[in-house]
Amino acid sequence: MSQTSIDPRSLRAPPKRPIKLSWADERIRGIFWQVVVVGIVVSIVWWLWSNTVHNLEVRRIATGFGFLNREAGLPIAESIIDYNPTNTYLRALIVGLLNTLKVAVVGIILATIFGTLIGIARLSKNWVLRTLSATYVEVIRDLPLLLQLLFWYAILQGLPGPRQAMHPAEGVFLSNRGLKLPWIEWEGAHSLALLAFVVGLVVTFLYRRQAVAKQITDGVPRHTWPVALVALVAVPLAAWAALGAPFTPDIPALRGFNFQGGLTLSPEYFALLAGLVMYTAGFVAEIVRAGIQAVPNGQREAAQALGLRPGAVLRLVVLPQALRVIVPPMTSQYLNITKNSSLAVAIGYQDIVSIANTTLNQTGQAIEGIAIIMLVYLTISLSISGFMNWYNARIALVER
Amino acid sequence: MRAFGQTVRRALGAMALLGAAALPGLAQAQQAPANTLDAIRARGALICGVNTGLAGFAQPDSQGVWRGFDIDYCRSIAAAIFGDASKVRYVPTTAQSRFTALQSGEVDVLFRNTTWTLSRDTSLGLDFPAVNFYDGQGFMVKRTAGVSSASQLNGATICVQPGTTTEQNLTDWARANRIQFTPVVIERLEEVVAAYVAGRCDAYTTDASGLAATRSAQPTPADHVILPEVISKEPLGPAVRQGDARFADIVRWSHFAMLVAEELNITAATADQALASDQRPEALRLLGKTGDLGKMLGLDNAWALHVIKAVGNYGEVFARHLAPIGLQRARSPNAMYTQGGLQYAPPFR
Ligand SMILES: N[C@@H](CCC(=O)N[C@@H](CS)C(=O)NCC(=O)O)C(=O)O
Repeated sequence: MSQTSIDPRSLRAPPKRPIKLSWADERIRGIFWQVVVVGIVVSIVWWLWSNTVHNLEVRRIATGFGFLNREAGLPIAESIIDYNPTNTYLRALIVGLLNTLKVAVVGIILATIFGTLIGIARLSKNWVLRTLSATYVEVIRDLPLLLQLLFWYAILQGLPGPRQAMHPAEGVFLSNRGLKLPWIEWEGAHSLALLAFVVGLVVTFLYRRQAVAKQITDGVPRHTWPVALVALVAVPLAAWAALGAPFTPDIPALRGFNFQGGLTLSPEYFALLAGLVMYTAGFVAEIVRAGIQAVPNGQREAAQALGLRPGAVLRLVVLPQALRVIVPPMTSQYLNITKNSSLAVAIGYQDIVSIANTTLNQTGQAIEGIAIIMLVYLTISLSISGFMNWYNARIALVER
Repeated sequence: MRAFGQTVRRALGAMALLGAAALPGLAQAQQAPANTLDAIRARGALICGVNTGLAGFAQPDSQGVWRGFDIDYCRSIAAAIFGDASKVRYVPTTAQSRFTALQSGEVDVLFRNTTWTLSRDTSLGLDFPAVNFYDGQGFMVKRTAGVSSASQLNGATICVQPGTTTEQNLTDWARANRIQFTPVVIERLEEVVAAYVAGRCDAYTTDASGLAATRSAQPTPADHVILPEVISKEPLGPAVRQGDARFADIVRWSHFAMLVAEELNITAATADQALASDQRPEALRLLGKTGDLGKMLGLDNAWALHVIKAVGNYGEVFARHLAPIGLQRARSPNAMYTQGGLQYAPPFR
């Protein structure tokens, strides 16, 4: 049998024959046209490029990326890494990029959670819940995002000043300067512990995968939690303790004009995050609802008939099928959050667009500035798409 | 919505700049460096880049007609070229979008509270033909803050517009004076002022003229105090594209015409009478009765007469728009050089 079976693919492949160097050979014609097209594209790009450089020179507009190493002199309100105005434009742009990521990543996570909850609420048997969530979705999707951002920002600016700040708990202050929270003085030991925790996550995940694979072959169940406890708690704690277990609380306090110390959630960041999350959650909710409704009721009933508990029905039968419908449109929502975060300029959150705009204004290098913005968004968007495509392939229907 | 429009417009401006620079044919059609005057004549109107609305400088009135110091300067150029001050189109620009708007040919000239600096003069492809207002940067705080000097601003949150010399001066000043501050950087004027008024910031910083304008536009100006310190030099004036000396000359000498008119005591109201009866040689040359000064600029010999009849002399323009927002001319750098100020025009001959 196996000797006579033929790979079905070889049936479709055209028979191999030698390439003839002749116009009659379609492969030669194919190669010819490809060379012509590539040649035309390359010369157009080259022509545009040399003209641009020439014309900018004639207009005496500076060109090149040398400005990146110049002192920026820009004030930046919030930054994950150390920054002061004597740093270079390059560092200022990196600060802007990190600020974009800070709002995009947190926004994607929160919009997913919040949107999923609303999507499920729309299918609830409870009338109040169903109606509320439906109204939310309809209203939020109809209002322009920029309007919502300005609305949130105006609300936050309406909070009392620092001297009359709301003070719900020790070290917590809410005012028009933002939300102040107690924090710790961050030291090397904390970074190390955080790193150990991230490594622990990977280790736990890999262990769990192996445990499941082994259980399939030998039927012996294995617990994950002891490994998780060691990798996620014990090792990070040990790392922290090894470096002297530093712990200095950093409690915000009103000194002079403002609160000093502690962790700050600025009104600009909060307004942008709230606006993006609330807006995108409306779309996510609809995607989740459609995904769940796409799973035929018979599937659920069959699973129940098999004796699966409700949680298991959702986890093993409904979700895997719903996700196939949910993931592809979710990718575009994630891309939207990232791109919409550029509305930050309107409310004074210094994201990459805001800082690149200021940079191009101070240096006059508009083309380079726009190129940097495009490169950043392209890279982020391609990364999101790449990840989501990988995830989509992983959960795709395995046809047997 | 306008903020987003501005962002989009700036992106388009940069694209247009790229387009104009990349495509030689287009570049000529749109705006090659050397023919701004011809382009304006062919179009039948001057396109003037102004700010988005600053009392005293450029602001639409209740009828939607733009008015202000910068607006009168735009009108003066139109009067010099066409003999008709109304042939102007105004394009509001933010601090961030103004230079791209000029570079890409979207506007012919900026009259927009723009400070002349070395880097702008050299690397942005711009020229600064004149200084029509000598200014400096200051701070404004609420009276309730109880602050009387900028040196008390340590730890304060300060509102500032991006893409300005203001934000750079602010960081220089803070560094030199060892002052810690938290910036709030908002692009649009009305939003940055709203943030200051709402108490998001303890202080608002910009050119002193801008502070006076903003203060005068508040419901109760007396609630706001402009601090005495002036932390920078801000020579404000028009900007044109570099490499078009003829058009730069027209902008420069229109300003000088307004100064010389003031020196000679010729006003919008007395210009016609002066034309008929004034015998002073420089007045005759200024008004185009003798000599060919207008022709030398590529204009009609009555160009300066048109300027003066349309907007008046420098002192009149200042008194009409800047005195009402509380700006003093006497004993300021904007006084005539004969009064100890810096406003000085080369001879009309
Ligand atoms: N002179 C400074 C600041 C210019 C500036 O933008 N000033 C503000 C306040 S005086 C302004 O005119 N804003 C009007 C607007 O944004 O429309 C510069 O040239 O960078």
